[in-house]
Amino acid sequence: MTLLQTLQAVVVGVLVVTGTFFLLIGTIGLLRLPNVYNRLHATSKATTLGAASLFLAGFVYFGPRGAGLISLVGIVFLFLTAPTGAHMISRSAQKIGVPFVEGVSWPVPDDVDEQGETD
Amino acid sequence: METQTEVNPMASEFPALLATVLDAALIIASAVTLLAAYRVIRGPTVPDRVVALDTIGTNVVAIAILFALTTDTGLFITVGLVLAIIGFISTITVARFITEGDIIQ
Repeated sequence: MTLLQTLQAVVVGVLVVTGTFFLLIGTIGLLRLPNVYNRLHATSKATTLGAASLFLAGFVYFGPRGAGLISLVGIVFLFLTAPTGAHMISRSAQKIGVPFVEGVSWPVPDDVDEQGETD
Repeated sequence: METQTEVNPMASEFPALLATVLDAALIIASAVTLLAAYRVIRGPTVPDRVVALDTIGTNVVAIAILFALTTDTGLFITVGLVLAIIGFISTITVARFITEGDIIQ
């Protein structure tokens, strides 16, 4: 086994461990945090980073052609769509009136009233 | 070990450490997917369930990539990308259905 293959295997292992760690942290946050918005904060960042790290491991493993290129496309897709989906869910949660944790308020209170009236 | 030279040299020659890491990551990803089902069942509001289903979708993408790495099959990377696309579309659709009441006017 050449040095390059050893380096490739070590990088793949480190990326897989990092991605699995982020997946674990995201799901612990999903189970333990008290509110929709806090759970969304945990899962949207941690799970996106975890899946992107695993895609990067696939790119390192499969090389720059074929499946490795698809891995890069997957990274770009995840980084574009995961914040969009999280924003859509949190906006709909705020629109149907899921309450915040007590002590947390909207930064400008007029915004909430204005949105509530237009709906 | 030395006789198998036809397969991908990395999969055949690299010692069991990477295979062990991949197996452990597969087990952890599967367990995490099962744990997220708790939030789907127990979640007090509908957005909780949507968030949990989105997390399950991302975890299944991770399982597909780990399976591709384990079995040295590049096709499952494509499977993971398609699953990510389907998860995004379903998340957008359900979030719109919650607020608007219907999807296509």
